[in-house]
Amino acid sequence: MNEIIRSLIIVVGVLVVMLSISAGLIWLERRMLGLWQDRYGPNRAGPFGLMQVMADMIKILFKEDWIPPFADRPVFVIAPAVVVVTTLMSFAVIPFAPSIGVVNLNIGLLFFLGMAALGVYSVVLGGWSSGSKYSLLGGLRATAQMLSYEVFMGLSLMGVVILAGSFNLGDIVEAQRKMWFCIPQFIGLVIFIIAGFAETHRLPFDLPEAESELVAGYHSEYSGMKFGMFFVGEYLGITLISAMIVTLFFGGWLGPVLPPLVWFLLKTLVFVLGFILARASLPRPRYDQLMSYAWKVLLPLSLLNLVVTGGIVLAVG
Amino acid sequence: MNAVFYLSAVVAVVATLMVITRLNAVHALLYLIVSLLSVAVIFFVLGAPFVAALEVIVYAGAIMVLFVFVIMMLNLGPQTVERERSWLLPSMWIGPTILTLILAGELIYCVLQDRTHGLMGTSVVGPKQVGITLFGPYLLGVELASMLLLAGLVGAYHLGRRDPEEKQDKGGNG
Repeated sequence: MNEIIRSLIIVVGVLVVMLSISAGLIWLERRMLGLWQDRYGPNRAGPFGLMQVMADMIKILFKEDWIPPFADRPVFVIAPAVVVVTTLMSFAVIPFAPSIGVVNLNIGLLFFLGMAALGVYSVVLGGWSSGSKYSLLGGLRATAQMLSYEVFMGLSLMGVVILAGSFNLGDIVEAQRKMWFCIPQFIGLVIFIIAGFAETHRLPFDLPEAESELVAGYHSEYSGMKFGMFFVGEYLGITLISAMIVTLFFGGWLGPVLPPLVWFLLKTLVFVLGFILARASLPRPRYDQLMSYAWKVLLPLSLLNLVVTGGIVLAVG
Repeated sequence: MNAVFYLSAVVAVVATLMVITRLNAVHALLYLIVSLLSVAVIFFVLGAPFVAALEVIVYAGAIMVLFVFVIMMLNLGPQTVERERSWLLPSMWIGPTILTLILAGELIYCVLQDRTHGLMGTSVVGPKQVGITLFGPYLLGVELASMLLLAGLVGAYHLGRRDPEEKQDKGGNG
């Protein structure tokens, strides 16, 4: 009975913490962007503008939730939920601390990749069901971009799997006691971070929703809380990719003095800030540059990384 | 675990029926994705988590996305739904129904013959065992499949290649 209550608490805790972190990130991102671009962010509502999140939530919840008459109703409604559900599902396999994790799956890493693959449907279906040209173009871009970057997102992680000898994320963290994998797998780390930006379609790679050419891309027709779901999904995605970077390359909850959970959250926060800094500083590439960079540079590089890592592990061990 | 198996089996069958009867191609594909996901759950319950994960990553996550992608590009309108309706006549059902009934009969016969081997309670096959088997006894099969895939890749590249003359034309115009 105790076991059941414990796991229930963890499940609910992870859900609540992740959703509130993703809401808090909206405020954090705007404040940090303000800081880095030498202006004030939202600083009026509450201390440090913290109540801005509440104001935004109230506004978005009370907005008219309009479904365009030319849209494909059922698909239009399902699409925004897909991204939130798949991203939240991925958090189930992440070990936040030695004994804090929803499920200890021996295919944990594959589960994460599978959920990332399913997340594509959100933008694809959102773009298609809106029945508008801009949405469709955004959806097409998103599909091609996410499919391409998914290929070597998986490949770049296989070096970590070779070194740890397991797909289980808990085992991968334990295997980093001697040395964090960011050192032997530096190329894998760089490729994974780039792929992570493309998967969450964050700013350097936000061509599916490039507002200077596509209005708002795949979510042009969305309003109210349905748009809010896409928004929350994006911030959940940032948190997820940051948590995965920490788990796979930066020793997860390992660290001296402080309790494991605190280490995990601190490390994750660093990478979340990295995502925001990239948005503040980098311009977008052209779409064909994005695609040819993926297939002509990153794919061969990740294959090479895989072969070299495998060769070294075979030669040494 | 038996309940999970039967539940996902029912979902798979219903979703597959919906795939066949939907008139809108994208809706049919969505049901196909649901069907694939429930098959993945069945694999997981049967003790093959690696295959379950691959089912989600490869079939539901990559191949079906490409299907949806192509159908999005075709931009099918309401007239296609009408055409589908005219094609899906009751008389079309006779042939496939007879064939599937034969298959179902065979399947039920086989299951009844082999009562001793229960579906549940088999050992869990992890990724490591799958890898060892694939690159041990089945190495030849893996190599053959990879050559087939390479041939497909080269073929697709050839078809998608831009003619050198055409490229020159484009350069001249631009």
